[in-house]
This record gives sequence, structure tokens and C-alpha cells, in this order.
Amino acid sequence: MSTTSVDLPSHGGHGDAGHIDDPHHQHHFTTMEQQFDTAKLGMWLFLATEILLFGGLFVGFGMMQGRYPREFVEAHEHLVRWQGALNTVVLLFSSFTMVMAVQSAKNNKKDKTVFFLFLTIICACIFLVVKYFEYSHKFEEGWLPGKFYSAKGDSIPGSHGYATFFAFYFMMTGLHGIHILAGIGLLSWILMRAKRGEFSNAYYTPVDLVGLYWHIVDLIWIYLFPLYYLIQ
Amino acid sequence: MDYQVLTMGAKTGSLPRPRKNYLNESHGFMSWAGTLDHKRIGIMYLVGVMTAFLMGGTFALLVRLTLLTPTHMLFGKVLMTAETYNRVFTLHGAIMVFLFIIPAVPASLGNFVLPLMLGAKDVAFPRLNLASFYLWVTGALMAILAMVLGAVDTGWTFYTPYSTTTDGPVTLMTSAVFVLGFSSIFTGLNFIATVHKLRAPGMGWFDLPLFIWGIYSTALIQVLATPVLGITLVLLMLERGFGIGIFDPRIGGDPVLFQHFFWFYSHPAVYIMILPGMAIISELIPTFSHKTIFGYRAIAYSSVSLALVSFIVWGHHMFVAGQSQLATVVFSALTFLVAIPSGVKVFNWLCTMYEGNISLETPMCYAISFLILFTIGGLTGIFLGTLSTDVHLTDTYFVVAHFHFVMMGGTVTAFLGGLHYWWPKMTGRMYSEKWGRTACVLYTVGFNMTFLTQFFLGSKGMPRRYYNYLDQFQPLHAFSTMGSWVLGLSLFMTLAYLLASLRKPMDAPDNPWGGTTLEWQCSSPPIMHNFEDQPVVARDPYDYRPVKVR
Repeated sequence: MSTTSVDLPSHGGHGDAGHIDDPHHQHHFTTMEQQFDTAKLGMWLFLATEILLFGGLFVGFGMMQGRYPREFVEAHEHLVRWQGALNTVVLLFSSFTMVMAVQSAKNNKKDKTVFFLFLTIICACIFLVVKYFEYSHKFEEGWLPGKFYSAKGDSIPGSHGYATFFAFYFMMTGLHGIHILAGIGLLSWILMRAKRGEFSNAYYTPVDLVGLYWHIVDLIWIYLFPLYYLIQ
Repeated sequence: MDYQVLTMGAKTGSLPRPRKNYLNESHGFMSWAGTLDHKRIGIMYLVGVMTAFLMGGTFALLVRLTLLTPTHMLFGKVLMTAETYNRVFTLHGAIMVFLFIIPAVPASLGNFVLPLMLGAKDVAFPRLNLASFYLWVTGALMAILAMVLGAVDTGWTFYTPYSTTTDGPVTLMTSAVFVLGFSSIFTGLNFIATVHKLRAPGMGWFDLPLFIWGIYSTALIQVLATPVLGITLVLLMLERGFGIGIFDPRIGGDPVLFQHFFWFYSHPAVYIMILPGMAIISELIPTFSHKTIFGYRAIAYSSVSLALVSFIVWGHHMFVAGQSQLATVVFSALTFLVAIPSGVKVFNWLCTMYEGNISLETPMCYAISFLILFTIGGLTGIFLGTLSTDVHLTDTYFVVAHFHFVMMGGTVTAFLGGLHYWWPKMTGRMYSEKWGRTACVLYTVGFNMTFLTQFFLGSKGMPRRYYNYLDQFQPLHAFSTMGSWVLGLSLFMTLAYLLASLRKPMDAPDNPWGGTTLEWQCSSPPIMHNFEDQPVVARDPYDYRPVKVR
């Protein structure tokens, strides 16, 4: 390969020291646009790994449902359908507020960005409060995962199906819940940055990326809700 | 304008060496521990994986020593009990797979070379790169802690139900592997983004050096397969802690499901190991044949197709584990597909060498060693993909010999070749060519003594992982053990002369081998920003014709 030298602006120090023109512009990118596209590609790849992480659990659930079809249907009656439905609505609404937050950041509307991020965090908290009531009800009744399962009165004696159903219920909603918690952390972080006025039309990458993350967390719940609450 | 005619493959380097390079740009512990420079992170990874290689290798030598005699006696003493033996081979396998081979080429050599080859200043996400390294360190420390706490005896595959019932820190060991998995995902993610977005101006996809195609294919597998291993290990830990009833048959679980999950990652992981090896060979062969690569596109496509095929052959690990006959036949047929892209590569390398002007410097010696060993490893894989022979060879030393020919004869040989190839670039110093070639010959001889023997052992019926064996197997076992000493000697020799080269003043030219890819256009060692000026690409990556330059 032959190389010739071209005139490009010389960049500042190594690391994240940035360009003189824009402190967010990292040294190894030629343009801000290239930097934004790269960050977005990285986020999409990360989201692919999230899908595969949950994918293993979905496959496991499918296998076990095939093994205990009757127990799974019976065990799912213990879940409160309206609570799941409420959480679905809350998360869908939070996806809307997230979109609005990204849009506001892109349009240099600082106050609106902060407002919509705040609303998104509130929705996430409502989701967790509902989940708290759901979980504590199951703890009281002994509908617990695996060897801790201690509920009375299920119709097939000696079957592991109920314990396995609740094991998957707690694993999948639990892992999803951890993602909600991480999301609250991320949202709070960009809320603080938005308050300091760090985002503008020229640089709103973190808002956009956290938005993508939040949508995937929402999307996974869209699949979890019918899987657990609506099976027949 | 004045033009001068210059052969691109010419060895250059008489330019005045820059005073500052990435090694002496800054000093002190924190300038390394907190660095975001891909070159320094690559060097730290190199030190890390070589330490893991030393540990895993020591365990391997101990395993072979124990098998020297059927009584396991040495100087009148029993070397290790059956229980210790199980632990030692588990540690050998787990360390070699998760701490050494998977990160070996991409995270160390790849980290160093990939941005240079692209004409970039760094990888796309330098902070993620550093985080990946620290995750690797954390995983390694957890694995070492698990060893100290009593070691795991499940084998590196953690098969249920044994792994859900055995004592020992299985949960800690699997957590370590989980963390190492995320280190691998972050490296892969970083490389994909870098290849997509940070290529030098003028560098299209088919102007990429073939090393990049190999590492890119590897990165795809790292990102798409590793999360499944992660969730599988979480399920295994929860099965141990909560008895959730997914893998343990006593509580209604399915142990074969674990094997499916495990191999859905671990078969593609085999290609995480071998593709970077092939990637290195695709650089070594044209450079030392001083000839344009034969079948550039065929090699590029074969890397990607190997990555894709790797996802649909996992069932061949379970031919005798109770999966349906239909699945077995389908997986066997799909497994033969692997031979096609592998064969395409080997023949293209041979065609590159044909009528080339071959010089046998140390990296090329390793490349030729690779061609022989990998071909044997690949062809014996077809024996194992064929149902009727596999039923007899399953869980024998034939399998052990096969995957050591691919993993060690393939990947480790290529890794050593790549290490010698880029050593002048990384350190600015030349090693002793005489010692290098001697070590390579010893390595190849020792390797074949150790592992070629095991094909015979396996076809005679010696089962793998067994502590005891029949007296009739002793001559072959003893020969294999002696081979392991030759192999060990060659590797310690390599360590010695490479370290010795560091004591010399910097004497490496910028392009000691006459390579044509971009990493040979920056100084040895490179400056902090890699290139004085942004390189612009206007020619094929393996163009050895004379060229006019300004």
C-alpha cells in the first residue's frame, strides 16, 4: 500500500483529551459525525449481546414449558394479570418520554430534556414499585424458585414444574429488573449532565445511546409480559 | 514532480528514528495502568496471556509427567492422587481456553496491530478497551482464587450433573469465566466498530489486510456467542444455589440441554481460537514469499463463512450424548461444511508460496509448521465428524490429539509466528534469528512427539481424562511425555531469547521483513499517535510490484 501525506488538522493530546474546538471530540476521530456513528454502532452491538443473553433464558423457558405444559399453565394463574398489564403500559409510556427527551436534546431544548428524562425515571420507579408488590406477594405464598418452593395445594403432587416455572419467572423478571435499575442509574447520570447544559445539537450522543438501551429494556418486557401473564 | 521508483516490499528503516515513541512517551506505573493507548493495552494483554500460558503449560507438563508410568510413581513416590490429577487437568484446560487462547491473538497482537493496519490512531472505544483488560485481570484473579480454595475437578466443560453436585468452588470458577466472557465481548465489539468506522481514507473493505478479515470474523463470534455462555453459566450457578431444575435430572432438569447451551458458545469459541491464527498466517505467507496473496477474496470470504458455519455445528459434540438420530445426522453433515473454507485457505496459502521467493526467517518457519500441523488437525476433524468413526473415537485420546493439533498446532503456532513477526514493531528490537529457527524446529518436533502419538493411543482405545491406564499403553504414554519435555524446552528457549533481545539497544528497522501492510510504514516502535501523517490508501494490501512514490 502506498501512502502519501494529506493535510489534516493535527490533533491534540492522546486519550480523551479532545480537540480544541469541542471538548467532546476524541482525538482518534476525524469528525464528530464519525464519532457519533461509531458510538451508535457500538451500542447496537451491545444490544445484540443483551438479546442473546436473554435468548438463553427464553430457550430454557420454552424447553421447560414443553416438559411441564400443564404445571406452567396452572402456575401462571398465580400471577396477577392487571399488575403485569399496568407495568406494560408504564414502560411503553416511558419509551415515549425517552424519545421526547432525545428529540429535545437534539433541538437544544435543555429544560424539556430534563423534564422528559425525569418523567422516564419516574416511570421506571413506578415499574419497580409494582414489581415489589408482586414479588412480596409471591414470597408470602411460598411461590419461590427451585428448592425454596413451599406453596401448598397445587394439583400435581411431587412435580417440579411449579418450582421450575417460578425459577424462570424470578430469573427472567429479575434480570430484567436489574436492567431497569441500571437504566435508572444511566438516566440519572444523563439527567445531571443535561442539567449542566452539556447536550446540544452538536453533541447528544449519551442521550441517544441511553435511549436505545431503554428501548431494548422496554422491548424485552413486551415479550416477557405475554410469556408469563397470558399463556393458555 | 520528481518520482523515484521503489519496490514496496523493500526493507526500509534508515530514516532518522523519532526520539519519542509509545514506550518512552510517558513513564511510571500509572502511565501504563491507566493508559488508553491500544499499543500499551496490547502489551499488557500480552504479558497477561503469556503468564496464563506459562501456568497452563506447567499444569500440562505435570499431567504428562503423572502419565509417564501406569503407577504414577516417580523416584519411589506417587506423583499425584486421582483427585489431584482431575483438578490439574481441569486447571490446564480452563486456563488455556479462557485465559490464554481466546484472548491470546485478538486482545494482545490484535490490539496492537489492528489500528495500525487500518491507519487509525486507536481503536473505536479506548476506555472500553482498558475496561476489557481489567475484566480479564479480575477474571484471572477469580480463577486463581478458585484454585487456591481447592480447585475444580469438572473439566473445562463444567458438564452437569457432575458440576451441579461436586464440591469445590465451581460457582467461583464459573463466575470467573463469566467475567472473562465479558472481557472478550468488549474486545470483539470494539474491533467491529473500529473496522467499520476507522479505516484510513481510501481503504475499502477489500483493501483490508487479511489479518483484519480474520480478526473481524472472530469479533463477530465473540459478540454473538459469548452472551449465551454467560447466561448458561448463570443458570449453572443458580442450579447449584437454588435447584431450579433445568440441568439436574434428579429435580427434573435436562443435562443434555446444558451441553447444547455450552456448545452453542463453545463450538463457535473454537473459531474464536483458530480464526486469528489463520489471520496471522495470511500475513506471514505473502510477506515471506514476497508475492501477492493468491485468492484474496476467497480467503476473506472463507473467514466470514467459517464464522457463520461455526454457529450451526455445535451438535457434533453430542453424537453419543442422547440427542435425536435426525439431529445427529444433520449436525454431522453440517460439520463437513467446515472443511470447505478451511481447505480454501490452505490451498490459497500454498498457491501464494508457489513460485514465490520464499525466505525462511523465524515467522515463516512457524507458518510452515502451522500448515503441516493444522492440516493434520483439520483432516482428523473429519474422522470425528463422521458418525460411524466418531462413535468409536469419542472421549479417547484421538479427540485430545485432534484438538491439540488445531488449538496448539494451529493457534499457538500461528501466535508464535505472529509474535516473532511483530516483535520488532512492538519492541523496536530484533531477536536472534539463529535461536528463533532452532526453537521453531524443536517446537515442531516436540509437538509431534507429544500429540501425534496420542492419535495412536486413542485409536487403540485409551480414554481421555483417565488417571489409570493399562500397562500396554505405557510405551506410547512415555513417548508422549518425553515429547512434552522437548516442547516445553523450545518454549522456555523462546521466552529466554525474546527477553534477552530487550536488553539490547533498539536496532529494528521500520520494515524488517519487507511487509506491505500499513503497520510497516510507521516507525519501530510506533509513536504515540501511530503515524506522523494520516495514511491514505491507494493500492492493494499485498502489492509487491515496483511503485512510483513522490
